[in-house]
Amino acid sequence: MKKNIQYKSSELLRKEKKLALLLILPTICLVLSIVLIPLIANFWISFKPISLGDLRPPSLIIKENIRGKLSKSGEIAQIHYRYRNSSTKYDLNEVIFTDFIPKGIDIIDIKQDTLCSVESNKLICNLGKLKAKSSGKIILEISRNDSWVNIDDNPKKHKPIASFTTTNILTSFDFTLENYKKIFSANEFWQVLKITIYYTVFGTAGALLLGLFAAQILQKSFKGRPIIRGLLLFPYVSPVIAVAFAWVILFDPFSGVVNSMLIQMEVIEKPINFFGQKFVSFYFFGFELKFPLALSMVIIFEIWRYFPLSFLFILAKMQSIPEDIYEAAEIDGATPLQQFYFLSLPFLIGIIATLFLLRFIWTFNKFDDIFLLTGGNAGTRTLTVNVYEQAFAISNLGAGAAVAVIIFIILLIFSIFFIKYSKKETI
Amino acid sequence: MFWKYGLFCSILTGSIWGLFWQIIFTMIGLLTIGEKLYVNVVPFLIVGSLISVIYVFLQNKISIKFHLLSIIFMVLLIYSFTFGDPFLQKKTNSISTFLLVVFNSFFTWISIYLSLKQINIGKLSRYNLEKFYLRLLWGLGLIILILITLLPFYIMIMTSLKNQQSLILNPLDLSLNFTSDLNVLFSSYIELFTNFNFHIFLFNSFLVSIVTVFVTLFFSIPGAYALSRLRFPAKEWFSGSVILIYLIPSIVLVIPLYAVFSQLGLRNSLFGLLIVYPATTIPVALYMLRGYFNSLSKEIDDAAIMDGLSRFQIIIKIAMPLSKPAIVSVALYVFMIAWNEFLFAFMFLDDTDLFTLSRGIISLNSSEIPQQHLMAGAVIATLPVMVIFLYLEKFLISGLSSGGVKG
Repeated sequence: MKKNIQYKSSELLRKEKKLALLLILPTICLVLSIVLIPLIANFWISFKPISLGDLRPPSLIIKENIRGKLSKSGEIAQIHYRYRNSSTKYDLNEVIFTDFIPKGIDIIDIKQDTLCSVESNKLICNLGKLKAKSSGKIILEISRNDSWVNIDDNPKKHKPIASFTTTNILTSFDFTLENYKKIFSANEFWQVLKITIYYTVFGTAGALLLGLFAAQILQKSFKGRPIIRGLLLFPYVSPVIAVAFAWVILFDPFSGVVNSMLIQMEVIEKPINFFGQKFVSFYFFGFELKFPLALSMVIIFEIWRYFPLSFLFILAKMQSIPEDIYEAAEIDGATPLQQFYFLSLPFLIGIIATLFLLRFIWTFNKFDDIFLLTGGNAGTRTLTVNVYEQAFAISNLGAGAAVAVIIFIILLIFSIFFIKYSKKETI
Repeated sequence: MFWKYGLFCSILTGSIWGLFWQIIFTMIGLLTIGEKLYVNVVPFLIVGSLISVIYVFLQNKISIKFHLLSIIFMVLLIYSFTFGDPFLQKKTNSISTFLLVVFNSFFTWISIYLSLKQINIGKLSRYNLEKFYLRLLWGLGLIILILITLLPFYIMIMTSLKNQQSLILNPLDLSLNFTSDLNVLFSSYIELFTNFNFHIFLFNSFLVSIVTVFVTLFFSIPGAYALSRLRFPAKEWFSGSVILIYLIPSIVLVIPLYAVFSQLGLRNSLFGLLIVYPATTIPVALYMLRGYFNSLSKEIDDAAIMDGLSRFQIIIKIAMPLSKPAIVSVALYVFMIAWNEFLFAFMFLDDTDLFTLSRGIISLNSSEIPQQHLMAGAVIATLPVMVIFLYLEKFLISGLSSGGVKG
């Protein structure tokens, strides 16, 4: 009896395992193919000499032309086939092209009869290997015979069909370290890394502090609080493209509201190009201080857009703190600042740490915002923008992938930190 | 110390609020009445502090009449201290500047009243002092937060309703001429829908987002159920790796996906997007739903099994109806991610017929197309998300705070 139950429960467990796999397998497959395999493919591409143009597969271009007239039976004309390898880099191998020869046409002569042969109204030309950029020509001499039917038998009606094999740069075993060499030797790289760190640290810390501040303000209950809580989440939920362009127009040097207002109020004399100027200089006791304007603006945008997230989480956590400890503290005469410092903060420190790590990683990953605001110009190029710049602006996919690999490795280090610390507090 | 005395507190409060509202109302005036105004610092500082001192002395006699009288008194003070020209316009004053002054006085008075409640002129205790300073900070902070949050949206909407001429003439004048024809007011929107194919973009965006929602739910509900209820090897490992996938940036994926999709012919197609979007949203959805399933009691499942329901039936008949709020919030959240997505749409789509809104708006960002078209596009993209958000805010907030924190 007992054995029976044991057997049954292990049978049940087996079934459960099977079912669980069935339920979760589709998800795993999809995520694997779109997230993890590309991740590995990115490593692969980063070791390849591949540019954007190489993605267009090489092909054989054939043009068919008829010289002469075929208006009457017995007339002679020529068909010219011009072929060309479209790629400037890669050879085509085993090139064969075939064309259908209609019944109403007799082939008199083939100029390159070593390459071509005719098999039951089909022309087959075996061109063999075709080097990059190379081209050639095949001429057929034809005549019209009596079985010509006007509509069907025009030789141009049938397009020549080509077949060939070629090396696909993505799958070949052609590796190079050039991409990494290029990335690391460029002076710009260390500058980019520095800017990324500035952006990430100040963006994260700023958004977190503003979020904490907003949460403190919205914790006090007052009329209209739910509405204001909703309003404060607007920057986070609206499309990045809309808010980024709104900021660009708001700070536009020619027709932007901020510039016109500052000029109107006589704070500045000339309009400032907030998103296009790398530095503004200040003189402080005779020292020239350079303030990175565009970078700061991008950081301010980041803070503005993401403080709602920290705000929401910190507020949720604060509302879960029991009221009575504050009441007790009030009776003991603790001042508001003391209450914040000794009661709220210890409760919040866990969520703040977790938010900091998460936001740190996401800010580090951020691409859209900077790309839309400045395009990575004026000293705002971060690593992620550099990926785009290398891969799509300079068209060097390999170098872009190499930068992406560097990003991934840095992220991996962050993530290890994240896992280590996030065990204390789960969001 | 002088800053511990109520008198100093009241002067400080009065001057801060006086200055603050003066700046705000100058800005509001600049943006709405379209006249040239200047910030006039000193008189407003003085009037603010005078009024707050009066308040502290007379606060026991407070009544509606007292409020009204003080506001009128304040308007008079402002006009007399600025010699009849509160915003330094150097010309005769209009009714609109008078209204600005009245509103200014009203808000300044209310702010002073709210921040100086129960403050007497003498020395304050540490508790009351902190309470006072924090209250001041609270008020200032709340108003500034709201203003900086909403300003870009205000600019976005107003710019989209203006025409080219008036924008170049005076970029500050965002007042609207409601007397004009609606066709003129909404000319940018009409232009976008007639000449810039925005109806196609809107349709594509809805199509992609809604399909993404359904695909995501189709995959993630069974997945999350399995992660929450069933026992299988490496379960913990799966749960852990879900959040790690979250941390992988799309810029790292974009190059290989671009390369492979180009060669497979999937790149310039909505189908390509519909493969990528669910793959990025499923981990988020799995994480959120698993959390919710965990909070449901397992006994119901056991009872259902006893009654002879299969696991699939349990998911459809029990788990899904019970977790409706979570599913709605996940669906909304996924919709928002797909709707707002920019990078893949930008990299993948080349044909105008396939553009989503994000991609379409990018194509408006050129010097040949006027700004108000770009802003009208931005409004069109923002509006559906806002409507959904405001309508179902509670769902979304609970969803957001239960783990949907995709940056």
